[in-house]
Amino acid sequence: MTNNKLIDLVNISKSYGNNVVLDELNLYIRENEFLTLLGPSGCGKTTTLRIIGGFENPDKGQVIFEGNDITKLPPNVRQLNTVFQKYALFNHMTIAENIAFGLKIKRKSKAYIQDKINYALKLVNLDGFENRMPDSLSGGQQQRIAIARAIVNEPKVLLLDEPLGALDLKLRQDMQYELIRLKNELGITFIYVTHDQEEALTMSDTIVVMNQGYIQQIGTPEHIYNEPENAFVADFIGDSNIIASTMVEDKLVNILGANFPCVDVGFGRNIPVDVVIRPEDINLVKPEDGIIRGRVVSLLFKGVHYEMGVMAGDLEWLVHSTGLVPVGTEVGILVDPFNIQIMHKPESEDEQAAEIVE
Amino acid sequence: MNVLNKLTRHTENSERSLQNTHVNNVKWLSFPYIIWMSGFILVPLVLIIFYGLTNKENGFTFDNITLISDPINRQALFLALKLSLFSTAICLLLAYPLAIILNKTKMKSNSFIVLILILPMWMNFLLRTIAWQNILEKKGVINNILAFFHLPALNIINTPTAIILGMVYNFLPFMVLPIYNVLIKIDKDVVNAARDLGANNRQTFMKIIFPLSLPGVISGITMVFVPSLTTFVISTILGGSKIILIGNVIEQQFRLGNWHTGSGLSLVLMIFILFSMAILSKYDKESEGSNLW
Repeated sequence: MTNNKLIDLVNISKSYGNNVVLDELNLYIRENEFLTLLGPSGCGKTTTLRIIGGFENPDKGQVIFEGNDITKLPPNVRQLNTVFQKYALFNHMTIAENIAFGLKIKRKSKAYIQDKINYALKLVNLDGFENRMPDSLSGGQQQRIAIARAIVNEPKVLLLDEPLGALDLKLRQDMQYELIRLKNELGITFIYVTHDQEEALTMSDTIVVMNQGYIQQIGTPEHIYNEPENAFVADFIGDSNIIASTMVEDKLVNILGANFPCVDVGFGRNIPVDVVIRPEDINLVKPEDGIIRGRVVSLLFKGVHYEMGVMAGDLEWLVHSTGLVPVGTEVGILVDPFNIQIMHKPESEDEQAAEIVE
Repeated sequence: MNVLNKLTRHTENSERSLQNTHVNNVKWLSFPYIIWMSGFILVPLVLIIFYGLTNKENGFTFDNITLISDPINRQALFLALKLSLFSTAICLLLAYPLAIILNKTKMKSNSFIVLILILPMWMNFLLRTIAWQNILEKKGVINNILAFFHLPALNIINTPTAIILGMVYNFLPFMVLPIYNVLIKIDKDVVNAARDLGANNRQTFMKIIFPLSLPGVISGITMVFVPSLTTFVISTILGGSKIILIGNVIEQQFRLGNWHTGSGLSLVLMIFILFSMAILSKYDKESEGSNLW
């Protein structure tokens, strides 16, 4: 990944009737980046991708590609290719004809096209499928053909619109590794749209979390997970306890009546804030050793860990732990200061979008 | 062809339900249809084959079939083929763009256009054709309007043109609807994918949209070509007595009581239709009637 901006979205707005899908969106994508647009359905992530691909025109704003304004260009002259959610293969053509489609349009030589077909099929581990028809392939195979069909055109950017959405869990995980491998072998930019936070965390260099047409946070997977900027991001990425609290002073926060030491400074004195604590960051100790006392009220075995509900200070805390604590046990809750994430309460309109809509 | 297709599907379904004891009671529901089918489709078909291959003394003969080579019958068959080919082609040229427009417009105006299209079908077929006779007549609506503007009169009535016009008018909806039905089922992202891979509008149409719409086109051709080839009503009303199509010949034979001749010529016509269907299905592996072959 270099620092060169490859695509720059400037003040993009889009609405369908009264429904505002994107509002003044600004985002740049660097060369060789694996960037993921992550958010719930209706957050504007797919619309953003379709605007980059040229299938939708923004009402306002510009799409800059390598310094040129391509906002008005039709998709067939843009130097990028798309992998669609439901594969969108040409069912009346063989696999080879599907892959050759873009190259034949560009009038490449027969030998060149044949080489490319062989190369692409090898790359997606489907050699020997040339003469099969798309509907004789499984979902995962069809999706790999869709990827092959796109990459033979040597795009600078590959747009992927929830490409794994229609696949089952095991296949999805395998395909995640495949995609990372492909990205590394091809050395091109991937823009990936998904609502699956695990997929985003696994594959991306950069994650853009979106909600209701606004960007909530941009950052690396670690950054987004460990330091969510608002309640929406915290809630959307992984499980979390989000608790309305008061910042007493620098490095001290009052959560449900108990003072917890933390590492954040600069919020001021007695300021209302939201606190995010990941369930795996909560240590259950003897009642007298904890900062706040509680009682275990539920217990579920989740495989890797136990999921417990702990009633403390009139709130049920979600706790993940590898150690079993039986229901009814009196416990103390302890959290390491650097595991307490403090967030401002939402103020402006685009921060309002960060409120969790249940 | 569609009827036969439904038939085979029907028997498949009833076989399946026979295997399933839970729906054993339901299979009785198919009896009215089976009685209908044997009484009004199979028996007449067998009768036509029987009459077509026998003479008045009930002896076996090919004479009724070979009567097609009689100059008048042969000309009537060729004229019918020519006119129905023309009307099918015109229907296709009119229907395809209309189906594309229907597919692209928003839902509301869409159902309105479809309504306009099938509205004439709610009127009696004979009535519609007679209306056209009135419009095209020497002293009909069109010529009255032309005379009002002191323009020369048009002599369309009792010409092949009038017959083609009648065929196109009556059978156009049967071309539009199957094409439209296929077009709306094409995934928008398949079209987007073609654009994404560099195809311009024309290339996208030629390589993706048209090939994917072929089943509808073939269905439409079948549903226009077959009734056009066999019609005698349109040619009687709009062609006067001068223009005789094979349908008219067969009708006359039955009217005159020559059941054997009429059936024999009907068989020839059926062979022509089956033959053209076979050619069509070669062009379209996935067409609805392909399982017939």
